[in-house]
Amino acid sequence: MGDPREPCDLPAHEIAARLASGEGSAGQVVESSLARIEAVDGRVRSFLAVTAEQARQRAAEVDRRRVAGETLSAVAGIPLALKDVLATRGIPTTCGSQILRGYVPPYDCTAWARLQAAGSVLVGKTNCDEFAMGSSTENSSFHPTHNPWDLDAVPGGSSGGSAAAVASGQAVWALGTDTGGSVRQPAALCGVVGMKPTYGLVSRYGLIAFASSLDHVGTFTRTVRDAATLLSAIGGHDPRDATSLPGPPPDLAATLEEGVRGLRIGVLEEGFGEGVEPGVRDRIGEAVDRLAALGAEIGEATLPHAGYTLSAYYLIAPAEASSNLARYDGVRYGHRADDPRDVVDMMTRTRGEGFGDEVKRRIMIGTYALSAGYYDAYYGQAQKVRTLIIRDYEEAFGSFDLLLSPTSPTTAFRLGERTDDPMAMYLSDVFTIPANLAGVPAISVPCGVDERGLPVGLQLTGKVLDEATVLRAAHAFEQDLGWTTRPPLLEAAAG
Amino acid sequence: MASNDAHETVIGLECHVELSTATKMFCGCPNEFGAPPNTHVCEVCLGHPGSLPVPNRKAVEYAIRIGLALGCEIAPRSLFHRKNYFYPDMPKNYQISQYDLPLCVGGHLDVEVDGRTRRIGITRVHLEEDTGKTVHPGTTGRIAEAEYALEDYNRAGVPLVEIVSEPDVRSAEEARAYLTELRATLLALGVSDVRMEEGSLRCDANVSVRSRGAAELGTKVEIKNMNSIRSVERALLFEEERQRRALAEGTPLVQETRHWDEDAGRTLPLRSKEYAFDYRYFPEPDIPPLEPDPAWIEEIRASLPELPAERRARFAEAFDLPPAQVRVLAGSTEWADFFEEAVRLGADPRAAANWMTQDLAGLLNQHRVELSGSKVTPAHLADLVRLVGEGTISSAGGKAALEEAFAKGASVEQIVEERGLRQVSDVAALGAIVDEVLAENPGPAEQFRSGKEGVIGFLVGQVMRRSGGAANPKLAQDLLRERLLTGG
Amino acid sequence: MPVEIDIEHVARLARLALTGEEKERLSRQLPDILSHAAKVGEVAAEDVPPTAYAVPRSNVFRADEPDECLPHDAAMAGAPEVEDHRFRVPRIVEME
Repeated sequence: MGDPREPCDLPAHEIAARLASGEGSAGQVVESSLARIEAVDGRVRSFLAVTAEQARQRAAEVDRRRVAGETLSAVAGIPLALKDVLATRGIPTTCGSQILRGYVPPYDCTAWARLQAAGSVLVGKTNCDEFAMGSSTENSSFHPTHNPWDLDAVPGGSSGGSAAAVASGQAVWALGTDTGGSVRQPAALCGVVGMKPTYGLVSRYGLIAFASSLDHVGTFTRTVRDAATLLSAIGGHDPRDATSLPGPPPDLAATLEEGVRGLRIGVLEEGFGEGVEPGVRDRIGEAVDRLAALGAEIGEATLPHAGYTLSAYYLIAPAEASSNLARYDGVRYGHRADDPRDVVDMMTRTRGEGFGDEVKRRIMIGTYALSAGYYDAYYGQAQKVRTLIIRDYEEAFGSFDLLLSPTSPTTAFRLGERTDDPMAMYLSDVFTIPANLAGVPAISVPCGVDERGLPVGLQLTGKVLDEATVLRAAHAFEQDLGWTTRPPLLEAAAG
Repeated sequence: MASNDAHETVIGLECHVELSTATKMFCGCPNEFGAPPNTHVCEVCLGHPGSLPVPNRKAVEYAIRIGLALGCEIAPRSLFHRKNYFYPDMPKNYQISQYDLPLCVGGHLDVEVDGRTRRIGITRVHLEEDTGKTVHPGTTGRIAEAEYALEDYNRAGVPLVEIVSEPDVRSAEEARAYLTELRATLLALGVSDVRMEEGSLRCDANVSVRSRGAAELGTKVEIKNMNSIRSVERALLFEEERQRRALAEGTPLVQETRHWDEDAGRTLPLRSKEYAFDYRYFPEPDIPPLEPDPAWIEEIRASLPELPAERRARFAEAFDLPPAQVRVLAGSTEWADFFEEAVRLGADPRAAANWMTQDLAGLLNQHRVELSGSKVTPAHLADLVRLVGEGTISSAGGKAALEEAFAKGASVEQIVEERGLRQVSDVAALGAIVDEVLAENPGPAEQFRSGKEGVIGFLVGQVMRRSGGAANPKLAQDLLRERLLTGG
Repeated sequence: MPVEIDIEHVARLARLALTGEEKERLSRQLPDILSHAAKVGEVAAEDVPPTAYAVPRSNVFRADEPDECLPHDAAMAGAPEVEDHRFRVPRIVEME
């Protein structure tokens, strides 16, 4: 038996190479992706909407250009999925919320606009925790998503639909958003590469805000090389986002092969503390050894204020969210409550009906933390802690080029296991949140499976705008590990 | 209002000024009054999920211009904040505004009241965005009666500057003077149309009354919904009187917001709040701080025009004009430029000032046109002043010529020729008319001779009439006297 | 640190209708979460400036140049209720 992999199972760079050499067409690739959705999404439930017809049309257009001899971009013809918090003109965008059920944005987010212009083929919008608030995708108001590695386990979150779609070949790559780890944590739990760039490298225009100062667009890919390609395609200054950083998109693939020899990698001691599962600890320990063997200089590092990051995050994010989500009031778009008595009643009931538990919880926390008499003790103090964490990173990056930790303290947990315990759920993000507070780039790259066969993610964090080093080290690690295990779901399908 | 009693009124004014930029504060939609509803809107100003604000550089420049003109310090670092409250005219349910770090702080505006200059402190000038417009169909305007409301977001996101005064204003009259001066200053700066009737200048006032000399303020009442300088003055007079009466009667005053009812001519309390407003201000994470480059600030400072106060001082000094005329002429760039151009063309400043503030102002008023919209030019004025001064035309002839110029725009020289307005100063020609008038009016002539000298005025009038206004009145009188006293 | 939170008041500020069950649950959960969050107060940080922006920038402006507006129909497309080309809302009871 030959390669059991369908075109949709290949990394994007291999598909691009095949398209360039005339070996196969974008049409075949998109059909393979759509067939996979047909075959597995009934069980995985990655998608909130599948855009099959548009995908076919766009693939046909790419093929026309290919046959006409045009040189295609690195993203042309590659099936893409977008988390449903990214605005797509003419395609429903719900944020996993009843309050935006049926909402159709009148404009495109910048990331998708750029990909679209480069010939990318959108196969659908993926499920997520409502307004990206959660770590398991169970807070979607539509349905949960299942982990392709174990259908009884969560895919992580909040971008669980995108992670599961890429892990199961329904899309070749995907975009998600990462406010406290919502790309890296599900990437780790689903065994794919998840990259959150520097704050401001990718425009937030059209990223439906959860917490504006922490929100990032990030990538899900099968390989680190694909992460570099996708990030280069969506990155660079956007005049519509005042927080986007100046400068053209970086060419992140250029330095990918430079290896880790001589790179100083600091292993965060917090990454081996209480609450980290043995299976995770073991895989990370092996990863450290592997990087050392590849020539990296390994040392011990610490973020002294790491113990306060969760507290600071669970004030800053809800505070910003309470304001960002105020616009869902039933006046201009989205859900509106029936038979309102007056405008206050209408807004209050619209929001009461339209938002789920976790969103309400965070709106309440954020409203409280900003209200008169509490601001200084909560929000004001959290912003100071944020300064301290940024200083911790500056200190650590004085001695190291990269910091290493697990992406998540655990592998995929059972569906329903943490839904009644918000604090336990929040702990899933303990290693990913600091990079959001500081805006530094971080990647999660698969480093094997635990004793139950569930994937473990290795997180590498770099300095502001030093994506190149992060990607180069992750690529060297990935190539050396040569991990090709696939979710049992796909082996069964192929068998 | 009586100023010699035991109480004094303390007023602070908050003015919102719509800036006349081409586009809105945070998006590229046109900033234009009067478009069909919801046509100047996009995902940003409609508050669609995912859209982001990017500040308009021109709006920031205009706000700095205003700050500099008011003598403010331009903050080296200022922030936009979100002011959170729910109202259907506000698409995001928060307003992007400024809070504890405004763009401009600590200036002043000098205003003249009763010929004295009063310095009103400016606390701050900050930037924010306007809300949309709510209409309440099927009512007489009282919101409480409306069954429903309709929202138009064309105005949402229009750049607004809020100018907050210190509580330095002591009377309704001072408030009017402050607003008049502020309006003239903003017009001179070219940053706003300042049309109160279109809502591009809106004003709220904080009013309290306290014992004269007391350090602490009395109970503060906020008054809203005043949409002209006149209504501000009326509302403040009403409110001042209401509070003074309450104090005199020993009725306690409550801190509250009151609404000015223009038709009823009184302020009314707004529905009492269920709970105090808690705006939950926090730094706007979507907009990085403003840290204006000092070179940019200096560039803006260098481009400031002459402001009305400066111009008044210069006019008073250079042209020796009475204060009332200085106020009118220096009050707007339009009038000042017109006047100065006429003077430059050779007009005597005092005569030009008289013609402008009396006859020309009267004509404009009568025909309801602005100076810029009339056909009269500084050249007309200069010619008029010269011809009257030389005695070539009488002042009555001058008025006739001005009216003609106002209506048709022809040159004064031409009008004088066409209408025969040239004064007859020829003794022989005028003597003939005088003789005719005396022959036809033997009665008045006799009265004069018997000592009723006042009757000469009537006779001069007859000569003027017969000459079609062209007679030189002084010469006519001299000739009449001569004939009556010697002829007889 | 024990945290007092007036659920009704906060819900009113946030314009959130809550069921009795939701109020009961939030009254249990929020003090826990907030007392954990209040740990930020343990860090002595009086001389530490607050950070509002992850990666510092300043003076980001756009030129005062018109951009395309949405077509009127697109602007109104998602509206729950429209009348006379405007967004219709129930009667407004509060002035602010």
